[in-house]
Amino acid sequence: MNWAIETQNLRRVFRGGTVRRLWRRKSAQNGNGETVALDAVDLQVKPGELFGLLGPNGAGKTTLLKILSTLLLPTSGTATVDGIDVAKDPERVRKRINMVSGGEHSGFGILTVRETIWMFAQFYGVPGRVVRERADRMMDILGLTEFAETKVSKLSTGTRQKMNIIRGFVSAPRILYLDEPTLGLDVAVAREVRSFVRAWVDEHPERSIILTTHYMAEADSLCDRVAIIDRGRVRACDTPANLKRDWAPECVYRIEIPLWTQGGHPLDDLDVVRSADVEHHGDRGRTNLRVILENGDGIGAVTERLSQRGVAALSVSRLEPTLEDAFLNLVGHGLAASEEKGR
Amino acid sequence: MKTDLNTNLRAIWGRAYVRVVGANRELSWLFFEVTLPLLAVFAFALIYRGLHAPEQYIGFVVVSGAMVAFWQNILWAMAAQFYWEKEMGNLELYLIAPVSRMAILLGMAVGGLFMTAIRAAAILIIGSWIFGVHYDVGSWLMLLVVFWVTMGALYGLGMLSSSLFMLYGREAWHTANLFQEPVYFISGFYFPVRSLGSGVAMAASLLPLTLGLDAIRQLLFSGGPVNPLLPVRTELVLLVIAMVLFNWAALKALTYMERLGKMTGRLTLKSQ
Repeated sequence: MNWAIETQNLRRVFRGGTVRRLWRRKSAQNGNGETVALDAVDLQVKPGELFGLLGPNGAGKTTLLKILSTLLLPTSGTATVDGIDVAKDPERVRKRINMVSGGEHSGFGILTVRETIWMFAQFYGVPGRVVRERADRMMDILGLTEFAETKVSKLSTGTRQKMNIIRGFVSAPRILYLDEPTLGLDVAVAREVRSFVRAWVDEHPERSIILTTHYMAEADSLCDRVAIIDRGRVRACDTPANLKRDWAPECVYRIEIPLWTQGGHPLDDLDVVRSADVEHHGDRGRTNLRVILENGDGIGAVTERLSQRGVAALSVSRLEPTLEDAFLNLVGHGLAASEEKGR
Repeated sequence: MKTDLNTNLRAIWGRAYVRVVGANRELSWLFFEVTLPLLAVFAFALIYRGLHAPEQYIGFVVVSGAMVAFWQNILWAMAAQFYWEKEMGNLELYLIAPVSRMAILLGMAVGGLFMTAIRAAAILIIGSWIFGVHYDVGSWLMLLVVFWVTMGALYGLGMLSSSLFMLYGREAWHTANLFQEPVYFISGFYFPVRSLGSGVAMAASLLPLTLGLDAIRQLLFSGGPVNPLLPVRTELVLLVIAMVLFNWAALKALTYMERLGKMTGRLTLKSQ
């Protein structure tokens, strides 16, 4: 099969200096002061696929995109884009790709939205008339038409990111990299961007998108397949449904109890509890526990322990497994915990 | 091949457009770019007049004031631009685009040339008018050839410098700042470079600006003594060699630095 993207045993190590300082607490660092950002990464992305890379900050997602976009060389292994080696023939790779990053501040404040889109399209040789047609259509879909003649310096974060999205799509790349494209956007704008991205892939079945994100719901709802990546290694790669089926524990419960004020949670020494997330709602006088159990029989032990501690279970409900549960199971910690470690 | 050429030409125009539009939308630059450099020209011209130096020296200062604009355009508006654009996030978008890095740089230069030409012309006209500078042009054709060859060599040097800014960012910026005044001095911006002594003047000739300025002064004031460094034709040959060498070196350096940046991870590293 002709893969849109293929990596084989891809490895990237950063050595010393500024780069090391940037990465040292986020990724695996060995005794030589080297930081292994990517380690033995094997991935294949099909043409027409919207492929997600899901992982915490410092997992190696952006490093992988930088290699695929010819901005960084691999330390070892190979990466091909549309069958072309990114290290050996970067010029040919560049004709096939484009990239949009979250929180991007590219462009010039003095240009208007339309001019900015046009300017970047010139670097791909797209004629002005074609840029205008494509940009008008995309601005219409993303609700950006009224800002077409507004200077970039006057745009809000969300509007600017919509412009960046169009900037990436307007050259009609065969493969587009979206690096955390909804980072920092409010819910409504993020939803518009996701909907636009999904529609584009559906309209262009020969084109592919690689999307990095650390939003579970985004990966779950948007991507055809997802690779879960942590500390430079791909832990699993499959459709979101299969990941949940194969990796998410079946025994996830939500238990509501009166507000728990004693620290930790009332099940913290129970063996059958693999992990528990605690949410306190002081205004309602309630604490919600999201509990993952070793097996289905464990719920009896849970209610018994609550009873022993004099805690009333106000409600108990079994939850559908989520991608986050699969992630937790594969990686051993949630995204939030992983980012906390990185700080 | 034809497609590549077309894309590169579009890239030059696309990047130049920012400068051209910027110049039209923020006209305040006219005040800062014309008035402030004129102050330095006035200062040196008044000193020469106070010292009863030959009138040609005042002409030298006015011509230099105009040429400074081109030097600053290549150093700050083109070479250092890679540093600013790296910080803004534009650089990585340029680098993933299927265009030559030199096309992007040329776009910056061409766009900057628009503003620079206005600045240079304004300084030349106002300075000449106020101080009554009289030009005696020996050969307009030669003058044009020397000017454009000097520009070609200067822009080659600018592109060579940009490869340093691309990788070393702030460090290159500080180094360029450090060299600004020494370059003005040894290039003989406000006096005939020969005054520094032949040895220093010849060493300073490594900068195309030194030879270019000296040749342009000789051609503009051909009627009397100008204390030239070398004959114009020799300077032109040296400038052509410099133009070819700097542009060739720039091409190699950009490729090398880009590869080095990809290997070390510094290419897109901001705030360094």
